[in-house]
Amino acid sequence: MAEQKPLWKEMGLTAEEYQRICELLGREPNYVETGMFAVLWSEHCAYKNSRPVLKLFPTSGPQVLQGPGENAGVVDIGDGQAVVFKIESHNHPSAIEPYQGAATGVGGIVRDIFAMGARPIAILNSLRFGTLESPRVRYLFGGVVSGIADYGNCLGIPTVGGEVYFHPSYNDNPLVNAMCVGLVEHDQIKRGRASGVGNPVMLVGAPTGRDGIHGATFASEELSEESEDRRPAVQVGDPFMEKLLIEACLEVIQTGCVVGIQDLGAAGLTSACAETAARAGTGIEIDVSLVPRREEGMTPYEVMLSESQERMLLIPEQGKEELVQQIFHKWGLNAVVIGRVTGDGIFRVKEGGNLVAEVPVKALTEEAPVYYRTPRVPEYYEKCRYWPVERLPVPEDFNKVLLTLLEHPTIASKEWVYRQYDHMVLINTVLRPGGDAAVLRIKGTKKGIGLTTDGNSRYCYLDPYLGGMIAVAEAARNLSCVGAKPLGLTDCLNFGNPEKPEIFWQFQEVVKGMSEACKVLEIPVVSGNVSFYNETEGVAVYPTPVVGMVGLLSDVTKYCSPGFKEPGDHIVLLGPLTGHLGASEYLAVIHGCEAGPVPEIDLLQEKAVQDCCRELINQGLVKSAHDCSEGGLAVALAECCIAGGIGANLELEIEGREDAFLFGEVQSRIVITCVPRHLEKVREVARSFGVPVRLLGRVGGKRLLIRDLRGRVLVDLVVKEMEEKWRGSLSKAMG
Amino acid sequence: MRFGIVVFPGSNCDMDCYHVIDQVLGHPVSYIWHQEKDLTGFDCIILPGGFSYGDYLRSGAIARFSPVMEAVAEFAAKGGLVLGICNGFQILLEAGLLPGAMMRNNCLQFRCQDVYLKVETNETPFTNIYRAGEVIRMPIAHGEGNYYAAPEALAELEENGQVVFRYCTPGGEVTTEANPNGSCNNIAGICNKERNVLGLMPHPERCAEEILGNTDGKKLFLSILSWWEGQRCEEVLGCG
Repeated sequence: MAEQKPLWKEMGLTAEEYQRICELLGREPNYVETGMFAVLWSEHCAYKNSRPVLKLFPTSGPQVLQGPGENAGVVDIGDGQAVVFKIESHNHPSAIEPYQGAATGVGGIVRDIFAMGARPIAILNSLRFGTLESPRVRYLFGGVVSGIADYGNCLGIPTVGGEVYFHPSYNDNPLVNAMCVGLVEHDQIKRGRASGVGNPVMLVGAPTGRDGIHGATFASEELSEESEDRRPAVQVGDPFMEKLLIEACLEVIQTGCVVGIQDLGAAGLTSACAETAARAGTGIEIDVSLVPRREEGMTPYEVMLSESQERMLLIPEQGKEELVQQIFHKWGLNAVVIGRVTGDGIFRVKEGGNLVAEVPVKALTEEAPVYYRTPRVPEYYEKCRYWPVERLPVPEDFNKVLLTLLEHPTIASKEWVYRQYDHMVLINTVLRPGGDAAVLRIKGTKKGIGLTTDGNSRYCYLDPYLGGMIAVAEAARNLSCVGAKPLGLTDCLNFGNPEKPEIFWQFQEVVKGMSEACKVLEIPVVSGNVSFYNETEGVAVYPTPVVGMVGLLSDVTKYCSPGFKEPGDHIVLLGPLTGHLGASEYLAVIHGCEAGPVPEIDLLQEKAVQDCCRELINQGLVKSAHDCSEGGLAVALAECCIAGGIGANLELEIEGREDAFLFGEVQSRIVITCVPRHLEKVREVARSFGVPVRLLGRVGGKRLLIRDLRGRVLVDLVVKEMEEKWRGSLSKAMG
Repeated sequence: MRFGIVVFPGSNCDMDCYHVIDQVLGHPVSYIWHQEKDLTGFDCIILPGGFSYGDYLRSGAIARFSPVMEAVAEFAAKGGLVLGICNGFQILLEAGLLPGAMMRNNCLQFRCQDVYLKVETNETPFTNIYRAGEVIRMPIAHGEGNYYAAPEALAELEENGQVVFRYCTPGGEVTTEANPNGSCNNIAGICNKERNVLGLMPHPERCAEEILGNTDGKKLFLSILSWWEGQRCEEVLGCG
């Protein structure tokens, strides 16, 4: 007969952790308490494997009003206004139940934003899937996109940007990262704190059911064949309920009676109570029998661990209970006092007269274990890095290469995705999805904000340190291309099992690289999320840090877009005109090779290029700007042509392999255009920033024509033909 | 001219319409909670877009039972202007203030994109400053915009000139390719026989400002103002 696992092990705790809990309590925890520790000490809630490394991130700056540690980060945008933002993963649920997994991912991140008192004004996402040849991947991709669409569309929050990459490492383990951005007046910013002994603790929004119990624990283990059994751990979303919750919460906040507010996400009531009390240094006492339920016969354990969606914890001033109830009832929602803030630092749970759990708040939060894992350089690292990519043959037909790249799902137009998202509601969207970054105007001011997500996991796999740097640099470059100055970033770090030394090495190196880039580019990290255990049957996804970034345009009318504008405009490259083969999409797609050195990045040069680009945009000298990323210069030029519906004629000074020049992913480069009479001025500004600047050719005609200095034609394609391949790719794959 | 914007639970374009009336047109506007029963003092009622009651049943099927809808019907019967945009259009259909019904888009997906529209008639209070036959650009954002009416009802709509907007190509041709959702006769918007109630799927409030790159929708709101000025003029001068 098989030995039965002890309860704590069943719930995901280790023997040492259980021992530690017994020491902290001075006794063995009961069933409910064990469950509470198990979820709050899970990786998902406690960051026990990542905390020491995350300390490397720079988190301060004059613009930072709230750094990591709250529901979301907050940066100042002037005029007493601030932008609130955060990105979060919902990978595990989406791998099992793509529609609901993605939908509730959106719901959760939106609640984090209005929990800060902000009105949510934009959603972005970052998605990773396997290869579309697999029917399972198509099912996951289609399900995730419609889950995000249905939830966000119903809320009336525009989904304005994002990115989608396809790679076999995500075949069984897709990544679904959702970001939300909100707008708030400084004096309306709220925090998740249970302050003021005697203040009521209210549970508002949807009733509590049995869905999502132990979701946080599920998110902290690898996927396997048994994961299908975890389907009940995936929550079900109700966007209509969330819409009402947003309006009711913002209306209550307007009255000025809210002391603290916190969303119920992972680990539900347990984590919301513990976190709000921990932040305020107070205690909390609740009675689970007062919690409105949607199912009969729920035990205290189930109520405490339920991850039912669309609920918030609200701590109003004492005596304002009725006012809160009035507003919530108007919106047809529950608002029930379930307990009080106490002064003894204890989290006490009762069911009517019976005490069912009594645990020090600090034991659940601050005392959570921290693991200092040992990194080890993986075997593949040296092998891939020094793999002789130069020996690969140079293709004869660059037209064919370019068309193949444009049609590759990672590079192709994502219109199939974003046309399913309402990206215009709230009428702020100045620059719609499809460019380097989205631009929103801030009503009633001249200002605008730029929003983007970015992260290249191939770079991070081949060289996590450089890859981490590039993730930050590229996101910032996206913003600079639209004319927005980066203010802050939020990160979602998606990795495999950190208990494996090679995975931990990837994680540590990526964070080091990102931190370095943040310091040099002066962009603080204000919020973020770590998602480990993205492995299926022991195989990890590529290390995937996703950077979500927000920037400011002081005059939104000056925003810049990627499309070429008028015949005769000069095409100019800011940054180096060189070649590089390693780690490129070109090598992967055309040669089936993922190897070679990741492109080097000089962060000071990067900063200069970006500062220069924004200055040129600000002076009105630039008519279009586009970042060179996956697919290199040739793909960037093709995208500029397609977006503008016009051709271009270029002459490139090429040394060495043509493919490295055309498709290599050299960093710190932006393709801009200007009218001929501004060319000298553009050169002057670029020189003042110490940025290499080079005239490449002119806009015009119906073809993209690229020649070398000897006049040899390298690329000659009709824009319409490129557009058909690029635009039609995803629809074709999805049928 | 005084505008009222009805807020149903789940409306989400209410703030957008408010912004356009208040900031772009500079006219008085207020929100009307769906439980209101009195519309006295308003000259034009807007039913905005969104997902009233989550649209979990059929778009607009529950909203039409909101107390305010009886008042809207009365208001319309007295000749007041009623404009239903997107979900507002769906509610007008469910409430029987306009004929026909909506089905899911024939692509079975939500669609958010710019479309081109042919202004089929400028003889309405909502289109009087457009040219008849003018081609304009407007965004759509819906999953159920596939307009259906029985053949007789459709013939009647066409005969009475109640089809106000039709999906078309940038050149103004009414083709299947230009139809984003499978609507009968490429219908994007219709009015009632009395021409004081308009429902349309595209969002004029999303294209009424220069900074958003398109002002084609502003003329719809300006038409309403111009019609109202005309009415007032008639009242004051007593000429008919």
